Amino acid sequence: MLDNKKEEKVRLLDDNGLRVDGRRLDELRPVKVEVGVLEKADGSAYIEHGRNKILAAVFGPREAHPKHIALADRAVVRCRYHMAPFSTDERKSPAPSRRELELSKVIRESLEPSIMSEYFPRSTIDIFIEVLQADAGTRCAGVTSASLALADAGIPLRELVAACAAGKVDGKVALDLSDIEDKKGDADLPVAFMPKSNAVSLLQMDGSMTEDELKQALDMSINACRTIYEKQKEALRTKYHVEREEAEEEEVAEVNA
Amino acid sequence: MSTTHQSSPLARLEQKTIQDIILKGKRIDERGPFDYRPLTITLGIVEKANGSAQVYLGKTRVLAGVKIQTGTPFEDTPNEGILTVNAEFVPLAYPTFEAGPPDENSIELARVVDRGIRESKAIDLSKLCIDPGKKVFVVFVDVYILDHDGNLIDAAGMAALGALVNAKMQEFEFKSGEVRYKDSKMALPMQNYPVPITSVKIGNSVIVDPCLEEEQVMSCRLTVTTGKNDDVCAMQKGGLGTFTPEEIKQIISSAIQKSRDLRTKIISKVN
Repeated sequence: MLDNKKEEKVRLLDDNGLRVDGRRLDELRPVKVEVGVLEKADGSAYIEHGRNKILAAVFGPREAHPKHIALADRAVVRCRYHMAPFSTDERKSPAPSRRELELSKVIRESLEPSIMSEYFPRSTIDIFIEVLQADAGTRCAGVTSASLALADAGIPLRELVAACAAGKVDGKVALDLSDIEDKKGDADLPVAFMPKSNAVSLLQMDGSMTEDELKQALDMSINACRTIYEKQKEALRTKYHVEREEAEEEEVAEVNA
Repeated sequence: MSTTHQSSPLARLEQKTIQDIILKGKRIDERGPFDYRPLTITLGIVEKANGSAQVYLGKTRVLAGVKIQTGTPFEDTPNEGILTVNAEFVPLAYPTFEAGPPDENSIELARVVDRGIRESKAIDLSKLCIDPGKKVFVVFVDVYILDHDGNLIDAAGMAALGALVNAKMQEFEFKSGEVRYKDSKMALPMQNYPVPITSVKIGNSVIVDPCLEEEQVMSCRLTVTTGKNDDVCAMQKGGLGTFTPEEIKQIISSAIQKSRDLRTKIISKVN
């Protein structure tokens, strides 16, 4: 009566323990970050994490609008995570989905602990994340890029926030799941982490993991966050180092004049 | 857009008091740091629903109802029934709950409860297929918050589980393109029993099952949902603070422990 045909099991690990895209279990996808990519935003960043392509922009601190949302002792942080209609296999409706609303909230909560919002009462800091192409791990890549955009906007931060997911494929704990691994895999654990503060600011999980696997996956993703954190710092240096050299040259020129 | 909320002014006044009490290993309602509030669960109180459950967690009160109807399956899962979870923060439950479309808090709550049920494979959705690709059963779980005294996620998760366990549907037959319902009723094909346990961090202390006052002064919370084999099937961190990795591991271990008794309590209601 019922069609109980079992769905064909996809093999996500080959005989050598390598993954569909040839990575080892604890290997990150290639991550490229760039800072200051938009003209009009106060701060911006672009990230390519695997095949994820994400733009983040920050406006502010600026006057709160509408005024009634302003807080007397700190800035209001607002965040919008949004996926472009063409970013996925099937077209995604541009209207915000429940998933996007939830992610906007957890991403805001992952970045707010890093922002010294107490310096900007009655103002807002607006964070916009646009996913141009999605390939699993968009919330983490979104956090990584948005944190850079905040830094690029000159907003005082306690620390940069780096994010990366770990998960489980074919019964093994694995780092940074790709699209097919996320869909066919056993579990996903996105984590955002501030290395110097030893602080986890985003943590979600779905799937099925034992306590030990979960702890192993947590350690694995935190380690990857440290790697991504270094890339974030490098991206900031790449942009601002050049400008400082130019400034020094100008200074020297002024002294000589 | 997701926006920073104003914390309750009363909460700021109470913050130090609550924090100091917790530092002494106590709670404002005289519980120990890892004591769960008394849980009362009553099944089947709404006759017109296929299943229902009301949970009292201390003074928090949540009602969940299950309706089972037919619908079209999703394209990528033609052989599976559909589960949808929705939460209403009903205005009668709390002064700042407003009528209208669900806000980010109720969406988050519903999605956390949904993930617990879905990822633990609590319902065998393949048994809810009528005509592959054309007709399946849709299980609607609607969570109603009736009185808000903290830790809504746990109360909602347990009410939803209770309502599913309680649910009865008409037995059916599918012959020559038509569904024929029988007179007998059957339970939902349940295969797991996910229970969410929420812990919060206040100052540098971690406590389980926050009451409303504690929730208002918390820096962050972590919900860990566990299935019957002690496997973790969903987690969600919320709030503006941060956890250390060590705190997270501690919370996971204690949530696994805690969920066992509560799961037994809910399952024992059916038999």
